[in-house]
Amino acid sequence: MTAGVSVRDVHKSFGPVPVLNGVDLDVTPGSVTCLIGPSGSGKSTLLRCVNHLEKIDAGEILVDGELVGYRQVGDRLYELSAKAIARQRASIGMVFQNFNLFPHMTVLENIVEAPVHALRMSRVQAVAAARARLAQVGLAERESAYPRQLSGGQQQRVAIARALAMRPKVMLFDEPTSALDPELVGEVLVVMRDLARDGMTMIVVTHEMGFAREVADQVAFMYDGAIIEAGPPAEVLNHPRHPRTAEFMMKVL
Amino acid sequence: MSTVQIVEHDRERPPAIRAVPVRRPGRWIATGLAVAVVAVIVYSVVTNPAFQWDVVGRYFTAEAVLNGLVNTLWLTAVALVGGFLLGTLLAVMRLSGSPVLAMISRLYVWFFRSTPLMVQLLFWYNISLLYPRLFGFDTRNLISGLMAAVIGLVLYEAAQAAEIVRAGILSVDPGQREAANALGLSRTRVIWRIVLPQAMRAIVPPMGNQTIGLLKGTAIVSTIAVHDLLFAVQLIYNQNYQIVPLLLVATLWYMILTTLLGIPQYYLERHYAKGTDGEMPPTPAQRLRRRFAGGAR
Ligand SMILES: Nc1ncnc2c1ncn2[C@@H]1O[C@H](COP(=O)(O)OP(=O)(O)O)[C@@H](O)[C@H]1O
Ligand SMILES: [Mg+2]
Repeated sequence: MTAGVSVRDVHKSFGPVPVLNGVDLDVTPGSVTCLIGPSGSGKSTLLRCVNHLEKIDAGEILVDGELVGYRQVGDRLYELSAKAIARQRASIGMVFQNFNLFPHMTVLENIVEAPVHALRMSRVQAVAAARARLAQVGLAERESAYPRQLSGGQQQRVAIARALAMRPKVMLFDEPTSALDPELVGEVLVVMRDLARDGMTMIVVTHEMGFAREVADQVAFMYDGAIIEAGPPAEVLNHPRHPRTAEFMMKVL
Repeated sequence: MSTVQIVEHDRERPPAIRAVPVRRPGRWIATGLAVAVVAVIVYSVVTNPAFQWDVVGRYFTAEAVLNGLVNTLWLTAVALVGGFLLGTLLAVMRLSGSPVLAMISRLYVWFFRSTPLMVQLLFWYNISLLYPRLFGFDTRNLISGLMAAVIGLVLYEAAQAAEIVRAGILSVDPGQREAANALGLSRTRVIWRIVLPQAMRAIVPPMGNQTIGLLKGTAIVSTIAVHDLLFAVQLIYNQNYQIVPLLLVATLWYMILTTLLGIPQYYLERHYAKGTDGEMPPTPAQRLRRRFAGGAR
């Protein structure tokens, strides 16, 4: 069910501006990696590359041993069709800072949409699965609410349920609690912690150092488009080797 | 050193403010003047015998007038629906990744917006001069005045609608498209189910305006001998010379129709407001039902 992710020497620029300069990252199946680093260091871009929302310029990204966005035959790369890319994305869940729930659909419709129309699951089956996911994030009674009627924390939990309904092999979180009022952060972290405990492979961009310390198997520090230090949380957070990491830890603690 | 204080809120609420309102003599004078002007105009309209309200009444529901009215209505409907669908396609082409499709869409919009509708209609009306035969048929039989009107109005409306729809699509948060893509939804599904329904909130109000303009604009087809509302009253006054009352018949009908157009617009706006800022205002029907239920209780 879960799968690993490996990122090898990935480069990416927006026009003339280099944003990723040789990123290497290995995430073993069922493990949690927290990606930390200063704003603008390329964390969001890296996550977006993992499900091919951005194309990389060089290097390769594999999810579950499968090349993302391309097919290799011999030493030639073929770009995947839109359909094949959509199929890959369906198995990679993504949770955004601003939730990005569909405001014109109810909570249940939000969750059912992709299983029915991307996975071709029957509606009955999808609704049943959606209810199970809603229960998992503690929102069983809110299925007919519209997103605007929910608090930020509830919206983010629905967004997590929506991603989970696709039965993803990997979950990507891009600062999932950064847009939340402080008292709502906890409820989202609880859901993510449960998910980690259930063995989901997760890459989490976050500023929640407590979460990283407690839940992460690996903390990776990103600076200027590269991961310059990665290791167990106790090492990276408490005894950073790289001076940039040390400097960053001084600022956030 | 400051000490922590616990603030008790057991004071009584002060009395509500009661003040004498400011006087606005200027506003009173302006109101009086405006009312006087309106009264003079209404008086002259009602009492000037040249308006011939009795003739207006006689022709208001004449068969020829009603037939013209029906033609005006369905021309508007066809141009609206056809123009909106083609316009949406053009907008999607413009925003697609393909530079060629985008350029074709731009050229289309540029061409049809940079020439008067009147000229375009005359062109379609006389298309047989350019292409005497089309698909093996005589073009003069194929393209009647009515056909030319339909083609001309749809193509012209599409160019207007394309710009409105494009602005609507651009008003949707890019995060929506991103989330939908990340879920693995197909491109067409993302556009039709996620982006366009949200874009409709920004599309319906200007499209309503556009439709009112279209309804009135159909009067122009009378110049290519299409039996619309204006053409119908023109035929009649060419025979009986009652020009003013018959123009009033057309005017009143146009006013009624443009007013009625507000109703579907109201319901469309409500429909696409689903899920936005809390509760929507009740429809007139809901209000009636609620009052009825309240009375019964
Ligand atoms: N679509 C884009 N076009 C141009 N520049 C971009 C785009 N997305 C991100 N960038 C730039 O790439 C850099 C890294 O951005 P990002 O990955 O969002 O960093 P982070 O998430 O670590 O804050 C920033 O300098 C940002 O301005
Ligand atoms: Mg970011």
